[in-house]
Amino acid sequence: MRLKIIIVLTILTGITGSPSITIRPEVELVDNKQRISEQNLVTETDEVVEDVMATGELNPNHYPAQRAAKVVQHYINTLYGSPFKVFHLHRVHSGNAEDVADSGRKYQLEISVQEMISNTSGKCSAEVFFSRGDKQHSPQVQVMCEELLKINTTKEEDAFYQHLKKNTSLLSAEYLPDSHGHIEPDMKPLWHLASVASSFIMLNESTQDTLFNMAQVANVTQLATESDQLKFEYLILLHEMVSQEIIRWKLLVSWCPPEGVKVLQMEKLPHCHECEKPPNTN
Amino acid sequence: DIFCIYLFSNGISFSVDSVFFLSCETIRTNKSLPGLRGLRNVENIQYLSKTSKSRNSHKTGNRLVYQNLITNWMDQIVKENPDVVTKVDYGKTYENRTISLLKSERGGSSKKAIWMDCGIHAREWIAPAFCQYFINQLLQTYKTDPKMEQMMKNMDFYVTPVLNVDGYIYSWTDNSTRLWRKNRTPGPEGCECLGTDLNRNFYANWGTVGISFDCCSNIYPGKSAVSEPEAQAVTNFVGKRADEILCFLTIHSYGQLLLIPYGHPNVIAPNENELMEVGLAAAEAIKKVHGKQYTVGTSPDVLYANSGSSRDWARLQGIPFAFTFELRDDGTYGFKLPEDQIQPACEEAYSGALHIITHVHDKEFIKPTGTAATVAATLWTTMMAVFVTSTVIV
Repeated sequence: MRLKIIIVLTILTGITGSPSITIRPEVELVDNKQRISEQNLVTETDEVVEDVMATGELNPNHYPAQRAAKVVQHYINTLYGSPFKVFHLHRVHSGNAEDVADSGRKYQLEISVQEMISNTSGKCSAEVFFSRGDKQHSPQVQVMCEELLKINTTKEEDAFYQHLKKNTSLLSAEYLPDSHGHIEPDMKPLWHLASVASSFIMLNESTQDTLFNMAQVANVTQLATESDQLKFEYLILLHEMVSQEIIRWKLLVSWCPPEGVKVLQMEKLPHCHECEKPPNTN
Repeated sequence: DIFCIYLFSNGISFSVDSVFFLSCETIRTNKSLPGLRGLRNVENIQYLSKTSKSRNSHKTGNRLVYQNLITNWMDQIVKENPDVVTKVDYGKTYENRTISLLKSERGGSSKKAIWMDCGIHAREWIAPAFCQYFINQLLQTYKTDPKMEQMMKNMDFYVTPVLNVDGYIYSWTDNSTRLWRKNRTPGPEGCECLGTDLNRNFYANWGTVGISFDCCSNIYPGKSAVSEPEAQAVTNFVGKRADEILCFLTIHSYGQLLLIPYGHPNVIAPNENELMEVGLAAAEAIKKVHGKQYTVGTSPDVLYANSGSSRDWARLQGIPFAFTFELRDDGTYGFKLPEDQIQPACEEAYSGALHIITHVHDKEFIKPTGTAATVAATLWTTMMAVFVTSTVIV
């Protein structure tokens, strides 16, 4: 009995110790190791990171599930988006990844998606397949959403369509949003249309190492058409999060309510090096 | 003239605004604008730049206005709070602009401090707005809130509203420069681009992951660690005071994240558990304000691996709490957060920052007389009593 008490007391001492000491962490061995090795370090490339890609159950807050889920957002927009319907990834609830032979990796995701204009949310189940190897295909997506995709925007779309069809002058705009995040209300449908159109590009360009958002519409010009379609030429700036680059794309987009949004032509523009030079002042 | 609009249209009114009020007033009385919206009109801003006696063309009109406004605002804060705040110039940018911080100094020889910097990346405009909001909050609340008063007595606050002054001002030039990120140092010999990513330039695993040695890249880490004057300024100032500084907060956008060290996936901070705990609690505090979700974790887990960040460097100096805040939004507007979101974004971020600062303060200054110690003491006494008793009986 006494022995047991001694043991318990010893253990208690170890655990509780003295509560009044505040220990300020010194520079840790890990850091010393890292600092020393830093000097000897030959440039490591990102391959160090990528080899350790997550498989099995994924942490929904970590980047692998998040990047795959973003791809689902782009996919949903290409199918269901319009000047009055734009979807945005809201949350990732759970995710799973598995390697598929040598051909790629498949993600299964449970996510919430929000329609931005009506401000409604819904849950979706999705599968995203990223192919590996020499032939870089765009990711393949399958998705099932409850309710969300059935949002009715026919009235607004028809009204907007009719308004533009009747108009003798052609619409154009630049910098949506402006530097302060402002968009004129009657330009918003063109901004939404750009979001949907750029989703086609963002979907095509996405890999497990990218995360795309549309940063800005640099300019948009409505083109004359003889068909039922409305046609627009866009210069769109995309933001890629991992490289932090701004990528410029020229798009030819058509839209009419029954057929939805289509991207007829897309062209990636070169990085504007000249744009960066200081102006000849001061 | 962004701060004038933001602070006014969101209803914060205290004398600090007078410098903006003056600028806005000049325009208002002379041009009879219906409201502040009119200030976004380039013509009016150019008018302001003429009245402030600055030379120059249309292109640089906005930039010169803004350059004066940063320094004017800081001077005004010091003027109106002379017994609390001083302005410290602690470096120069490549284009020879002064890098300054505001220091709050209430205690005598307190010699513990909190560091906050904003605007290390030019296009992340919500960040400098937050630093301004933070300072305003400090100066408003310490007079009435005993906790804030206590914290300001025990700790100095160092707040840099804009670190990358050159880049920030460049991003104000016009619509085509709005998305600039880096500083404005010329590229290496033969490079057709310019600028270094300051948040890859610090001496912390420099040049290893999350960078590109393409000098045109937006994550170009510079020709060597701490090659950039802006990074040098922070390194010198903070380096000298690393023992004093309890907490290093660096403010960015966008993404709604709280990032803890380290950016390299193979390097783990020994206090990672505590950093996560405090971060998660801060995210809870943020969510309570306007419902926005902020994700907490290391950069390599939650966003991407990177090296040479100011946060990592600060942690390596032994500063125990180092966080990167990525403010609103989550990609809809991205860097161009609309004006009506500035106030709520600042409010929630303040709540998060305050939680971290309070934790850090209490850990340092408030000796635990609370439950944990009492339980331990009681347990000890009881066991000793039992031991002694059993010995005696046997």
